[in-house]
Amino acid sequence: MSTAAIRIEELGKLYRLGVKRKGYKTLREALTNTMTAPFRRISSVFQRGEAQNADNTFWGLREVSCEIQRGEAVGIIGRNGAGKSTLLKILSRITEPTTGFAEIYGRVGSLLEVGTGFHPELTGRENIYLSGAILGMRKAELRRQFDEIVSFAEIEKFIDTPVKHYSSGMYLRLAFAVAAHLETEILLVDEVLAVGDIAFQKKCLGKMQDVAKTARTVLFVSHNMGAISQLCQRALWIDNGRLKLNGSAPEVVASYLLSGTVNQSVWTIPPGENSQTSVQVQAVRVLSTDHQPIGVLEFDKGFKVEIHYEVEETIRNLSILCRVIDSEGNPLWTSWDTDATSWKGDVREPGQYQSVCQIPGNILRPGRYFLSVGALVSGISVLDFRQNVVSFDVSEVGYQLNLDRIGLITPVLQWTVERKDDVKRLQSVGT
Amino acid sequence: MTTVSKTDTYPSRVRPTGIESQQTVDSQVIRIEPSHGWISLRLNELWEYPELVYFLTWRDVSVRYKQTALGISWAIIQPFFTMIVFSLFFGRLAQVPSDGIPYPIFSYAALVPWTFFANGLIQASNSLVGSANLIKKVYFPRLAIPIATVLSGVIDFLLAFVVLLAMMLFYGVVPTINVLWFPLLLLLALVTSLGTGLWLSALNVQYRDVRYTVPFLIQLWMFITPVAYPSSLIPEPWRALYGLNPMVGVVEGFRWALLGTTPAPSTILIASSLVAIAILVGGAFYFRRMEKTFADIA
Repeated sequence: MSTAAIRIEELGKLYRLGVKRKGYKTLREALTNTMTAPFRRISSVFQRGEAQNADNTFWGLREVSCEIQRGEAVGIIGRNGAGKSTLLKILSRITEPTTGFAEIYGRVGSLLEVGTGFHPELTGRENIYLSGAILGMRKAELRRQFDEIVSFAEIEKFIDTPVKHYSSGMYLRLAFAVAAHLETEILLVDEVLAVGDIAFQKKCLGKMQDVAKTARTVLFVSHNMGAISQLCQRALWIDNGRLKLNGSAPEVVASYLLSGTVNQSVWTIPPGENSQTSVQVQAVRVLSTDHQPIGVLEFDKGFKVEIHYEVEETIRNLSILCRVIDSEGNPLWTSWDTDATSWKGDVREPGQYQSVCQIPGNILRPGRYFLSVGALVSGISVLDFRQNVVSFDVSEVGYQLNLDRIGLITPVLQWTVERKDDVKRLQSVGT
Repeated sequence: MTTVSKTDTYPSRVRPTGIESQQTVDSQVIRIEPSHGWISLRLNELWEYPELVYFLTWRDVSVRYKQTALGISWAIIQPFFTMIVFSLFFGRLAQVPSDGIPYPIFSYAALVPWTFFANGLIQASNSLVGSANLIKKVYFPRLAIPIATVLSGVIDFLLAFVVLLAMMLFYGVVPTINVLWFPLLLLLALVTSLGTGLWLSALNVQYRDVRYTVPFLIQLWMFITPVAYPSSLIPEPWRALYGLNPMVGVVEGFRWALLGTTPAPSTILIASSLVAIAILVGGAFYFRRMEKTFADIA
């Protein structure tokens, strides 16, 4: 007897861009299409192969094969649009594959969204039953777990209030509570944890962890690398619709983070763009401490920002600056290369230069950041300025702090703690 | 789209019901692969979601008149006021014959099943598009959506029917023994509404033209159904042909069973039932065939 829970063979999904973009067709279009179809078919016979719909279709998922064992927790990672959600949608039978097949051994529950089937006019109690039924829970299951769901969601008092009067936090808690109590052998979870307040997110992660520890099979899509490495034994990295790597979670997460393809952490000036000024920024890179271009940084690791620029005529008092902006647009700091102790001259001759800024770890709160860089003569003129030119993510890997720290940054600072009222100790110091 | 098969390779023991029975092996294997052409209805899937149709119906019923001033009385207002207008213009002014019974009750007996049919059809044809968010996010037998929508109309129907009984009492119309056919006639109306609704709801996902077609279609359909006039106006040789419109069977059947008009419209009823079943079966297959594209284009 095999112990596989899911077997995927050469699974592929072809999307038609036209259909996707327009959403729906009108009957008239369909009629004209049908009328002209024979002619198009004839012409496509003559110009075989090329251009036959090739430009308006794309493979959302292509030739993905793998096997997932019973009881395994598997993370799925990859860039936005890489095909992670398509894979989950096929496995949960929402959409049909174009090629290949998948076999699933057991009952499947899928959580691709929080609050699936919720109706705003119905009360919390009614929605628990409705959403449960849609997710495929049985009535007996629901009745047995009802109290647990309500207390998990912390909404005991409002259980008979229509959910449209709930705060968004309450709504999410209830929705997730229902979903979290699905008792299927296989659970497919899309990035539903990216919502809700931090304390509840932690609780959800805890619940997911419980789920993963039981013999249930869990497939979990997330951008939260910390969660993936904590919860999953194995990870699949999907890139451009293909399965790029399939291995142990820490290993896959590490190579994904190091690949630098995660976001735009490297920028070079587009060819043909020439500034009229005497100094021009030509490239900006975010590098790990060992000089690798990197898009996702671990919280406790430092990194470097490398700025390449060209000086076209001799210039005095030039400063290169680097500004860090968080994903909400708050500037966190601006640093100037005139702080450098190694470069003493205040005149830069024409030539290629590079200024590197070292940023220690343990400062930036996990999240996405943008960098703006510029070249200027302080107080006189801005020679070049590139706003939000590169971005990078700080992951939760290495983030050991508690989550509820208010502030834009979460620096790890030096503290000392002493006890001052200890009478005996004071006396002994006195003697 | 997918096939669910019970295989013998896995010993079928007790179905796992929760964490405590993790070790038991579920005998269910789901195979997900591309489908081609016409596919089976897999009605058994509906049974695997035992409460789904029930809860969806119940949701539609309890949500329908939320935040309306008149609430559930809308179920009566619609056919009742139509009846008043019909009685005035067709019954009084145009002197349309009514098979020897008072015109108001004659038309109301037809309007009750007609309203059930028409509302069911309108709501069913919009049901999939209205549930697009659900369809894109979770799998369940899609057939449950239009089925629940049409079923939820039964409550409205029953309320309007109570008014019909009151009117019968008022006009002193005594139902015949044929009233026993009543559940089957309701079923015929339901089958017609659902069958047409399945076709239109699946079409509506791809062609939003349906939204504009349905009100128009219902208007035309009402004219070719003996709601405001008796089918006895139709010359005899054409009656069976007329009965190919399944709503003719429903309306004439209602009048015959409740009001005891004319002899049993058996030819019409047989023709109507056959057509209604054909529409339903065809609609179900068409629906299943289109189902795989719902999530991609809804």
